[in-house]
Amino acid sequence: MGQHRQILLKNVHCTDQHTIAGYESRGGYSVIRKVLNMEPAKVTEEVIKSGLRGRGGAGFPTGKKWTFIPKGTDKPVYLVNNADESEPGTFKDRVLLERDPHLCIEGMMICAFAVGARFACIYIRGEYAYPYQRVRQAIRECYAKDYLGKNIFGSNVSLDLVIHRGAGAYICGEETALLESLEGKKGQPRLKPPFFPAIRGLYDSPTVVNNTETLAALVWILENGGEAYAQIGTAKSTGTKLFSVSGHVNKPGVYEVEMGYPMMQFLEEECGGIREGRKLKGVMPGGSSFAILTAEEVAKATLDYESISGLDRTAHLGSGGFMVVDDHTDIVEVALNFAHFYAHESCGQCTPCREGGHWVQKIIQRIARGEGLAGDIELIDSICSQVQGHTICAFGEALSWPAQAFIRKFPADFKARIREAMEGRVQHRVPLNYEFQAAH
Amino acid sequence: MTVKLSAQAETKVEEYKKLYPNVRSAIMPALYIAQEELGSITADAITWVAEKIGIAPVQVMEVATFYTMYYKKPVGKYHVQVCRTLSCALMGGRAITECVKKRLGTAPHEVSPDGQWSYEEVECLGSCGTGPMCQINDHFFENLTPEKLLQIMDRIEKEQPDLRFSAVRDALGEGLKGYPKSEVI
Ligand SMILES: Cc1cc2nc3c(=O)[nH]c(=O)nc-3n(C[C@H](O)[C@H](O)[C@H](O)COP(=O)(O)O)c2cc1C
Ligand code: FES
Repeated sequence: MGQHRQILLKNVHCTDQHTIAGYESRGGYSVIRKVLNMEPAKVTEEVIKSGLRGRGGAGFPTGKKWTFIPKGTDKPVYLVNNADESEPGTFKDRVLLERDPHLCIEGMMICAFAVGARFACIYIRGEYAYPYQRVRQAIRECYAKDYLGKNIFGSNVSLDLVIHRGAGAYICGEETALLESLEGKKGQPRLKPPFFPAIRGLYDSPTVVNNTETLAALVWILENGGEAYAQIGTAKSTGTKLFSVSGHVNKPGVYEVEMGYPMMQFLEEECGGIREGRKLKGVMPGGSSFAILTAEEVAKATLDYESISGLDRTAHLGSGGFMVVDDHTDIVEVALNFAHFYAHESCGQCTPCREGGHWVQKIIQRIARGEGLAGDIELIDSICSQVQGHTICAFGEALSWPAQAFIRKFPADFKARIREAMEGRVQHRVPLNYEFQAAH
Repeated sequence: MTVKLSAQAETKVEEYKKLYPNVRSAIMPALYIAQEELGSITADAITWVAEKIGIAPVQVMEVATFYTMYYKKPVGKYHVQVCRTLSCALMGGRAITECVKKRLGTAPHEVSPDGQWSYEEVECLGSCGTGPMCQINDHFFENLTPEKLLQIMDRIEKEQPDLRFSAVRDALGEGLKGYPKSEVI
C-alpha cells in the first residue's frame, strides 16, 4: 500500500480531537498564533507559493483568489467557508467538520487574517446536524478562551465566526447562490460579471469563499511553509487531496492521497478493489458533475487535475467524490439516476437548465423503461449541447457533461435498450432507481 | 395579527438576529425555529418570522418555498428520508425505499393515519460511503438493509425518541440509545 502523507486526516482518529483540549494537545492553535505576528500579505504569499488549489470543485488557485480582494477597500471584508457539500458522492468535508472542527476553524482564522476579514461564516448543509453540533460546540469553546471575538489570542485582531445552516438545496453550493442564501434569500446564482465574490460578495462587500478542505489545508501550509507543500504531489497539482470513495468497492470511505498517485493502484490497494471479484466498468473521480472515466482511462490516470482533464476535457478531479461502478451495472440506469438529480435540483432561473434537465431525464427514463426511440441518443446529445454555456452558473455543464459522456463512452448500453424497444422485446432489467408511478 | 411562539423560541431568534451583520440573514434560522415548534411552515410560522425579522411575509414565503427542508405541509412525527442518489442506489437503496413504502402503505409525503410516519426519497445526504442510508428527522441511519431499517422503525415506534434537530447530541445515536455510531472513515 502506498504511504500517503496525512495532512488533513492526521488526527481524525483521536477520539478527543473535536474538543479544544484534544486539539491543543496535538499542537492546535499554535500556527495561528505565529501567523498573527506575520504581515497579512506574507501569509497570502505563502499560500500562493504552496500552489494550493480550491477543493470545492473548480480547482482555482487559492492564494490568487485572495489577491482579488480590492486593496484598501472601505467596506468590510467577509470570509465564507463553503461546507454545503451536496455534490453526489462527496462526504469528505463532513469528516473534517465532525472529527476535526478546530482544524477547520484555525484554517479560517488564517484566511481571515490574510484577507482582513472580521466576520466569517461557515455555511453548512442543513442535513449535517451532527457536524453542525460539533462545529457549534467548537466555536463556543473558542469564544470562551478568547480565540474568537475581540482581540483574538491577545492580538489586536478581532474575528467573529458564525455557523449557518442551509436547508436542502444543492445549488447553494455554488458560491453566489450560497451568498444569496446567506443574505436570507432564495439560493439563486448571481449574474456574472463580477466573476468573483471578492469584488462583490456578501451584502455587496468583498468576500472570499473557500471550501472546507481548502481552508483546513492552510494550517499545515503556514506551519511548514508554502514550498514544503508544493514539494508534495505534482508540479501543478500540489499537496494532498481527500477522496470520498463510494460505490462498488470493498473499502469505501474517505482517503487522503498525495496528488499524482496512480488511480488504478489507489482503487485496487487502498480501496480494496471491486467488490465480489467483479470487473471495473467506470469511475467518476470528481463527483457527479463531470464525465465518467472508462476502465481503460482509469488505468492511465493519476490522481491530479492535469491527468484527469487530459484524458477527457469534461472530466475533472472536482470535489474528489470518487464513485465506482462495476461491470454488472447498466450505464442507462446510472445516467437516469443523475438526470433525475439535476432535473430536481435546478434552481429554475435559466430556461435551458430548468427545461433541458427535465427533457434529458424524460428521454433517459423512456430508454430505461424499454420505450426508447431511434434518435434518442442524438437527442440527448443535442439538448446537452444547447444547455451548456447558456446558463448563469456551471450547473448547465454539470448536468450536460456527464450525460454526454455516458452516451459517448457506453453507447452499447443505450443502443441495446433502444433496439429491444424497437423490436418489441424488453429484456429483464436490473433497475437501480425506484419508480413510484410504475410501482402503483 | 401577532403570533406568539414559546419564550424559548423568542429568545433563540433574538440571539440569531444579533449574530449577523444584517438581520435578514436570520430568516433561515428563524424558519427552523418555527418549524421545530409548529411541525411545519404554517401561515403562523410565516407571520411570526416576518414580524421577528421585520420584513414582508411574502419575502419569508419566497425563502420557505425555495428550500426543501422547510415543510410546506405537515410531516409525520417521524419523517423518513431515503437517499436515492447513485452511491446509495448502487448499494441497494431501491430496496430501502420499497421497504418503507410497503411498511407504511402510504404515498411519499403522505402522513400515516396515526400521525407517526411520513417518508420521501431525497438526493445525496453525504453518506455515500455508508450507503444505503436514510435520515429519520435529523438523524442518519447508515449501512442499511431492509431488515435493519424495519428493526429501527420498530424501536422508534416503541420508544418514541426525540429525533429532532435540537435533540442531536454530541454522541451519535443518542436519540436512539445504543444505536451504532456511523463510521465514514
Ligand atoms: C452547481 C455547483 C455546486 C457547487 N457545490 C459546491 C459545494 O457543495 N461545496 C463547495 O465547496 N463548492 C461547491 N461549488 C463550487 C463553489 O462555487 C466555489 O467554487 C467553491 O466553494 C470555492 O472554494 P474553493 O476555491 O476552495 O474550491 C459548486 C459549484 C457549482 C457550480
Ligand atoms: S448517494 Fe446516498 S448519501 Fe450520497
